[in-house]
Amino acid sequence: MDRLLNVTTVLSIVLLIVVLISVRRAHIRVEYSVTWLLASGAMLVLSRARPLLDLFRRMTGLPDTPLTLFLMAAGVFLMMFFRFSVIISHLRDDNIALAQRVAILEYHIQSLRDHES
Amino acid sequence: MTRARGPGSLLVIVPALNEEGAIHGVVQSIHEHVPGVPILVIDDCSRDATVARAREAGAEVLPLPHHLGLGGAVQAGYKLAYELGFDYVIRVDGDGQHDPRDIPRVWEKLKASGCEMVIGSRFTETTGVHTSIVRRLGISFFRAVLRPILGKPVHDPTSGFVGVNRTALGVFSASFPLEYPEIEALVVLQRRRFRFEEIPCKMRPRSTGRSSITALKSLYYIFHVLLGVFVNVLKFERRLHRPAPAPMPPKRSGEGG
Repeated sequence: MDRLLNVTTVLSIVLLIVVLISVRRAHIRVEYSVTWLLASGAMLVLSRARPLLDLFRRMTGLPDTPLTLFLMAAGVFLMMFFRFSVIISHLRDDNIALAQRVAILEYHIQSLRDHES
Repeated sequence: MTRARGPGSLLVIVPALNEEGAIHGVVQSIHEHVPGVPILVIDDCSRDATVARAREAGAEVLPLPHHLGLGGAVQAGYKLAYELGFDYVIRVDGDGQHDPRDIPRVWEKLKASGCEMVIGSRFTETTGVHTSIVRRLGISFFRAVLRPILGKPVHDPTSGFVGVNRTALGVFSASFPLEYPEIEALVVLQRRRFRFEEIPCKMRPRSTGRSSITALKSLYYIFHVLLGVFVNVLKFERRLHRPAPAPMPPKRSGEGG
């Protein structure tokens, strides 16, 4: 049990560091790093605050603490994936509209050039 | 510049991806059967000589900056046609499967019926159909699904040989399904209480290349299209229960605003 919590602590710290380095190097934008930072911070706190984890276990009625930690982590990351799917969908729509607009504008420019010559 | 020439103007759009073997013949055949009608080939980022071959044959080309898929390419054509003021647009696939001899009949039907969409159908009569058994099964399945939604039978819901008028052009310019657009587009139009008609058309086997639909993709296709239909039905059901806003006349290119 303690070993699992220690592993979770280490993983959370690694994730926090990786996200912060990525933000610093501009590999990930600040607004998209917030979710990762919050999630890894929450995992760090939960893995170190055993009474808090036990409280969640009692509230959810789950049989043991590791399962509680696992399900909470899975829930948080599922929500994050959903959020990123929404963002990607918006980006794809914008990207398609932009590509179409660029193509149409290039068509108009070419037509004007042909007309002039 | 290809601009609409008066009322009733038609633009033929040809979405194409790596169709260097077929596109020249398709464009020439369209010129032959509807002389004087402008042809716009929308090139979805082909890696072969599709653009050059289309231009050689006398078509105008709208090259997309990157690959958008069939729906994105067709919508780009619809957007440009709408901006240029065309009243009718007929889509013909770039692989040579659609027979350009049928274009005048689709155009006439659009003008005479006043409906928003005319579908060139393989199955309304015996028209020399060239489709696989799997595809036929799929089409039969979608016929059954669409029958209650559309309120009337549609014989060939997956046909890409489609003509639309300016009203539908306005709708599709703003919103168009991006992947496998044919069936969803039909639902979008019907939910707006637009009308469609089908006329029998001949389809030919592909003159070059291979279909991109594999067995696995067919399953994905069915799931994707069903989901799209379901979402559109839900979306427009809610709108239909709201009071309808006053209709706006479609804007023509060159008009103010």
